Amino acid sequence: MRSPALWVGLAILLFWIACALLGSRMTPLDPYADDLLATLAPPSMAHWFGTDQLWRDVLSRVIIGARDILIVAPLATALGSVLGTVLGLLIGYARGAADDIVSRVIEALQALPLVIVALMALAAVGTSNATVVLVIGFVFTPLIARTVRAATLNEVDLDYVAAARLRGDGALAIMFIEILPNVLPVALVEMTVRLGYAIFFVASLSFIGFGIQPPSADWGIAIAENYSLIGSYWWTVLFDAAATASLIIGVNLVADGLQGLFEL
Amino acid sequence: MNATPADALRIEQLDVVYRVGARERRVVTNLSLAIRPGESYGLVGESGCGKSTVALAAIRYLARNGRISNGRILVDGRDLMRLSALELRRLRSRSVSMVYQDPGRALNPTIRIGRQMAEVFEVSEGLKGNAAQERVAGMLARVQISSPRRVMDLYPHELSGGMQQRVIIAMALSSDPALLILDEPTTGLDATVEAEVLELIARLRAELHTSILFISHSLAVIGRMCDRVGVLYAGELVEEGTTAETFGDPRHPYTVALLRCVPRHGRRKDHGRLETIPGFLPTPGSISGQCVFVERCGNATDHCRHEAPPPVALGARLSRCFYPERAASLPHGPEDAPARVAAVLGASTRTQAPLMRTQNLSKTYPVAGRSLQALHDVTLELWPGETLGLVGESGSGKSSLARVLLGLSKPDAGSRLELNGEPLGALAGERTRSQRKALQIVFQNPGMALNRSQTVRRLIQRSLRLLGLSNTQREARLRELAASVRLPERHLRDKPRQLSGGLQQRVSIARAFAGGPRIVVCDEPTSALDVSVQAAILNLLVDLQAEQQVSYLFISHDLNVVNYLSDRIAVLYLGRLMEIGPTPRVFAGPHHPYTEALLSAGRIRLQGEIPSALNLPSGCVFQTRCPRKIGRICEEREPPLLEGQGEHSMRCHIPPAELAKMQGTHAYEQLE
Repeated sequence: MRSPALWVGLAILLFWIACALLGSRMTPLDPYADDLLATLAPPSMAHWFGTDQLWRDVLSRVIIGARDILIVAPLATALGSVLGTVLGLLIGYARGAADDIVSRVIEALQALPLVIVALMALAAVGTSNATVVLVIGFVFTPLIARTVRAATLNEVDLDYVAAARLRGDGALAIMFIEILPNVLPVALVEMTVRLGYAIFFVASLSFIGFGIQPPSADWGIAIAENYSLIGSYWWTVLFDAAATASLIIGVNLVADGLQGLFEL
Repeated sequence: MNATPADALRIEQLDVVYRVGARERRVVTNLSLAIRPGESYGLVGESGCGKSTVALAAIRYLARNGRISNGRILVDGRDLMRLSALELRRLRSRSVSMVYQDPGRALNPTIRIGRQMAEVFEVSEGLKGNAAQERVAGMLARVQISSPRRVMDLYPHELSGGMQQRVIIAMALSSDPALLILDEPTTGLDATVEAEVLELIARLRAELHTSILFISHSLAVIGRMCDRVGVLYAGELVEEGTTAETFGDPRHPYTVALLRCVPRHGRRKDHGRLETIPGFLPTPGSISGQCVFVERCGNATDHCRHEAPPPVALGARLSRCFYPERAASLPHGPEDAPARVAAVLGASTRTQAPLMRTQNLSKTYPVAGRSLQALHDVTLELWPGETLGLVGESGSGKSSLARVLLGLSKPDAGSRLELNGEPLGALAGERTRSQRKALQIVFQNPGMALNRSQTVRRLIQRSLRLLGLSNTQREARLRELAASVRLPERHLRDKPRQLSGGLQQRVSIARAFAGGPRIVVCDEPTSALDVSVQAAILNLLVDLQAEQQVSYLFISHDLNVVNYLSDRIAVLYLGRLMEIGPTPRVFAGPHHPYTEALLSAGRIRLQGEIPSALNLPSGCVFQTRCPRKIGRICEEREPPLLEGQGEHSMRCHIPPAELAKMQGTHAYEQLE
């Protein structure tokens, strides 16, 4: 394949997925055990990434920390993508008043800061991994719907849709059998881009305490716990932050690569 | 070495290769040509022959994967390969101009015309402000735009295609170039607009003495516009000579075959099939050591298979054939069908009831609070087994009529549609399955009409479901259909974009015929295709009609094609039926003045463009452009559609007998 971005991105992504799946079998030390001899120890041969204020091995916690975010963020993205694609197809195909109303509502929603909307929703329903998935999924739905709607609008006027109508295909058959496969590349790229945002989103929520909950070794939580120490004990924050960044960059590289692959 | 004055363009032994994957494919081979100052040179050939590649090479503007691997190119005496990047840019801005096929995409949509054109003068001559604006107005006047100041304030999308192309020609000529390259400049335009643009180019050429490289797939356009012509096949110049000699007495079998594909003036389907060129264009660079045309040539001998013929000079002409003298006697294709076609067509008489009838069919679209009347009171009948040709400029309502008949858009209240004497629902969804089965369409652009995510097999199968067959029956029917449209079975598993335009159109036809239709609307089905492919598709349509007694509503702007295929012709203008009658009568006259202009092939020029349907002229809708307008009555009263002799009806205040007198005998020449 000609796209190095895609391969680099996939490699990064697969690395973190492996960490999440194998988790405790990969960590050099128990990520939850405290080593009383080494509070806030700087990186050394024993603790490559040092230890945090509760004497835990940072390397092991970074590895295991991939798990929750790689469950929550993709599930939320998948939920938002499925709902968004269906909604986008519906309003793009229906056009007219239905499209006007839904599109204006989507635009109004986009004017609100998403983190605030999500915070309010989570404050109302309570925080758990499941509610985070639902809330981010719903928040993403209109964004993805907008993109899919635009792609659908490009398709509805093509003659193959007229040909399908002429043989009597129903609206649902035209939307899901005829049009969907042609807007799927757009939806897939949009989904990958959103996955990057979702990771950032979940990490941010975890940082302010509304996302993934302790005792998870999640990176956002780790950064929140240690950021006040960054001046003297940089290793307690740096590696978690780098992990988050690398995952987001990896996902975005994949998105770019897919975009090239689908010639969008 | 150079003659004086220097040739505007001189290409010597040009080879162009494109890198595809890891391999290089040669698309232009050993091509030499010279365009003298003031000369107009046509390059003709089917798509994929390398015409556009030659044009791009001539300004060294090949795509990134393209490379000139051999040869010299001299523009105005200067060797392009030796110029620095800066000199090349200067050459492109001053000595060469290019006009592309799609004017809409060549103009920047966000910049007003005046600003956009002024840039040319700012870059090439350093003019500023008012001085540049003055020059722009002058250029626009030169391309016969009547109110240049108004046009300069408009954005490109506010102009029609013909006006956009004029603006581009004005821009191209503003630097007074030594060479003007026109790449299919009128392909996207209406016949009447095409005639105007061609006339403009011819006039400007006489004024400016610019040399022209004119690229077109249309033999008629090249024949009209060029002094000399080069025929390109598979990247080789197979024949070259003066236009009159080359088209009048061709010396290469490909030229002969190409000329035979075009439906000649007055030729009709009962005269026999159109000739086609058997086989396919070879993959670029796949042939060496033999003649490139050998696979498709009826004159080929072993000699042609073992040695590539060199260009043979025949006086001032050139032919890349071992047997130039035998070209004219190239064996004709099989002409078996005429008798059969005629027999079947003779059977389509009026003893039966009309298959379809429309009464007072109108269609109005709301546009920004106003109403756009696309169709007004169209009443016509379609008989079993006949072809009704539908002609008119863009905006005349042809496609609106097709869409309403098919049930893709809803006619106004009061319109009546009948199929087999029974009322027909307005929209496809409201019709019964058998009514939907009866009415199908073949679209103009198969690329858009075929779902690109489905294989050919699935595409056709989805339409076969209308028949409600079992799986094995459906599979059998699928093979039968593929065979009847001459689509090789191996293509069933391909996706549309893996097929050529002609094969795509066959798939589209197979889909239309899947349910066993009674009426097939053909909306410009061949206008996106090459002439040889067009001939094959028209033959196929005639065969299918003879076999299945289907009726066609055939929409086309090419009057020779309409004449070839149609039993009757309907002429639309601004949504109204202006004339309808049997094809021989419509072509023989007397004609409605609008039809007369359409048939005149540019000799009668209509003033301006078709008015907007948002703002219809008073009285007769054609009065604003009518060359035979008789006075107040035309402005005040709309003439009725009156039936004259032999079911030939016209909507004109001038009685047919008087029209016949005015139009004289020249009308009868059209018949033969």
